[in-house]
Parts: sequence; structure tokens; C-alpha cells
Amino acid sequence: MAGYRELLAQVRLEIEEISSVDAHERLAADERPLFVDVREPDEWEEGHVPGAIHVTRGRLESRMEGLVPDKERAIVVYCSGGSRSAFASKVLGDLGYENVVNLAGGFADWKRNGFDVTIPRALSAEQRSRYSRHLLIPEVGEDGQQRLLDARVLLVGAGGLGSPASLYLAAAGVGTLGIVDADVVDESNLQRQIVHSTDRLGEPKVASARRTLEALNPDVNVVPFEERLGSDNVERILDGGWDVIIDGADNFPTRYLVNDASVWHGIPVVHGSIYRFEGQVTVFSPGQGPCYRCLFPTPPPPELAPSCAEGGVLGVLPGIIGSLQANEALKLILERGDTLVGRLLLFDALGTTLDEVQVRRDADCPVCGDSPSITEYVDYVEFCNAPVQI
Amino acid sequence: MAAVRIPPTLRAEVGGVRELEARGATVRAVIEDLAERYPPLGALLLAGGELASHVNVYLGGEDVKTLDGLDTPVYDGETIILLPAMAGG
Repeated sequence: MAGYRELLAQVRLEIEEISSVDAHERLAADERPLFVDVREPDEWEEGHVPGAIHVTRGRLESRMEGLVPDKERAIVVYCSGGSRSAFASKVLGDLGYENVVNLAGGFADWKRNGFDVTIPRALSAEQRSRYSRHLLIPEVGEDGQQRLLDARVLLVGAGGLGSPASLYLAAAGVGTLGIVDADVVDESNLQRQIVHSTDRLGEPKVASARRTLEALNPDVNVVPFEERLGSDNVERILDGGWDVIIDGADNFPTRYLVNDASVWHGIPVVHGSIYRFEGQVTVFSPGQGPCYRCLFPTPPPPELAPSCAEGGVLGVLPGIIGSLQANEALKLILERGDTLVGRLLLFDALGTTLDEVQVRRDADCPVCGDSPSITEYVDYVEFCNAPVQI
Repeated sequence: MAAVRIPPTLRAEVGGVRELEARGATVRAVIEDLAERYPPLGALLLAGGELASHVNVYLGGEDVKTLDGLDTPVYDGETIILLPAMAGG
């Protein structure tokens, strides 16, 4: 029976090793190898090779194929001194990875050479528990959760769409949520606006939403804007360095205003709209796809544009559409998956059908086109000729 | 025959139905067929013989403006989606 030293010596014969200096040189090559850190979480948190992924030695067999499906990928495995990662290298070879080398001397030697080190910001024990289901998803993980905590999302409207969107974004740990709404909570809102409640009747919606969201997740900082978004305040409100805007407004003037401002500020907008049993959702990302005016150059005449207050809406519909908006916002923040840029999703709750149509950037668009004709905020109320309420 | 999806804001003009069958070899012919049968709908969809700017028309998931507009050919069994903007939130 071989002891630890014999076993390690045996494994070293079966794997390839690389010095820190050589590994560092390969980082500058066109095809950078992927560094895989197999140390324990507390070691990782004290610093790691920039760009490395973290899989503890104990989870290597079960997690690796999910994290790195390409078995031909060049991989450098490391631990603190090169021993644990020697065994890890052997295991990766057994799993079918063809291009694996062990970092001789490990992270200690890497640091001794003075090479760059990334020191991750660590989640607290409470956060690790709260977001554990996110941390288990390779596409989110600790880096993704940190991104969410650092993210700033502005919700235009704390109504039907803003309710589920803000609840899920807050639950997900999006660190800062701006909410713009001038209304107070009305009894007729509560059939669908689930961020509010009966004991909040008459309370400003931004205050009510803030109470609910901060109670759901104390990590979230809610920035209330108890005002109607208009050409007079849009610049001030958008000045907050927002990563994503969720458009859950209930009128055309605000939607066109949000669009123009987002194009000029380069902020992606997750658009949702609802009426009776039907909803639309898409993403407008300046510079990457169409804008709202490419899709709808002009609003319908007022008789064809009844609001939910005039035409009604099934209570659960904004729950579905607003949740889809939250999903798009999370992907934009995480830079994962395929967003709805260039695609408009149409949901019909009566038939339970989902259709998708293509939306293309219009080179003649007055705002995001090649020669824009609208370069400052328009008087949207007059332009839309419709009664305006937020 | 093509199927035409009627958006909720236009359903009052067609007796409340969500989808209609219509005849025509082009988008124009299909919409004119509908306009003949439902004049109030026609008045909202067409302006001076052209599509009203506030209504998008999709065929096979593409905006017909990016195809051949009203002259885009329509084949049997295809679905046309009429889509105005909705403001509700």
C-alpha cells in the first residue's frame, strides 16, 4: 500500500507540470489557458490568479464538465503549493480533459514571482446563505452575485409591471433599485400590484415599494423618485449611473421619453406593456439593436390606446410580463444568455401562447438612426394627444 | 387563406374575435379583404391606401416593412399578426 508521498510521486509521473514563469507567459498568448483554482473557499478569498475559476478539489469531478464543457481547452490547475492540484490534474485527465498542466509550486510560487493577483470581495456568511441557490448556478456564482449586488436598476413605474420586477430584482440581490412613480396606492391597484398592500392605501407608491423591498432583502438600497418622469427631470433622474432601465410605465408619453433618454445615455431598456390578456416584452439596447421608435414610430391614436385603467387587465398578466422583464434585466447585468434584443415576445394569457417577432433597427429612426432628427426632449403630452397619468 | 391575429385594441371592430381567416395573395389583398368585411377595421389599418403608421404587420415573424411591404406575398396557411403599440403597465 502506497503512502501519501509515494502516491503523490506516482501521480507526478502521470501528469504534466509547468512553472509559474511559463504559466504567466502563456497568459499573454493568443489562446490563454484557463486557470482552475482547486483550493478551499477561504484560500480563494485571500487572492487568486486573475481570470481563474474556482472549483474546490472536493467538487472537481461533479462540477468541472458543467463549468468547462470543452475538453480540448488548455487548463492550468493550481492549489497553494502544487500537491492537491497534482491530484486534481490527474482527475481531469481521467475525466477526458486533454490539455491539462499542473502549476508547480502553486499559487505561493506565483505570488513569490510578483505576478498579478485578484483579491475577490467576499460575500458575508448571511449573503452566502441568502443567495446560495444563485451561487450553485455556474452562470451566476459568486462573481455574478457580486455583480448583482453592485448593479443599479431604475424602474419606471411601481405599478403592475414594476411590482413583480422590483420584487424579483430585490430578492436576487440587485443592490440599488431606483423607482420613479408619482402615484399613491389605490384600492384598484391591489388586484395586481403585489409590491403594495391594503395597509398602504393612500401611501406614495415609492414609499410603499421601498418598505416591501427592503423588508424582503436588507441588501437592497431603494432610491425613491416620487415624481412623474418628464422632460424637466429625466436628466437628473437618469444621472444616477443606471445599468438597466425597466419600463413599466402606463402611458405613451413616458415610454417615448424613456426611449429617447435611454438612447442618449446608452442605457438598455427592458420594455414591457400589457392590456387585458396580452403582453409584450423586449429589450432595447442602444448601439446593439433597435429602439422603441424603430418598433413603434408613432403611438396609436387615443381611441386605440386605452390604458389598463380604461380597458382593464387580468391581474396575473403583469406578474408574467414583469417577471420576464426581471429575467432580462438579470441577464443584462450578468452578461449571460441571450436577451430579447431584436426580438419582441407576445404573450396571450387567454390562449396561453407565446409568439416572437423580429424587431430591426431602422436606419431612418428619428432618434437612433443614422441621421437623427430628434435630438432633444419633445413635448410628449402634446405629441401623444392623450391624457397622461403615471 | 391566411390567419390574421387581431390585437385586443382592434377587436371591438370585428365582433370580439382574436383571429380571422382572410383571402389574398399579398398582404394588401388580405387586409383589403378584411377591410371590405369590417369597414371600421379597414379605416384603422389603412390610411390613403397605405398601412397606418401606428400598426405593425408581421408575416412569418418579420415586419412586412422589412419585406415587400403591402406587396409581400402571402401563402395559404400563413399567419399575419397585426400589432399596435400598447401603453399599459
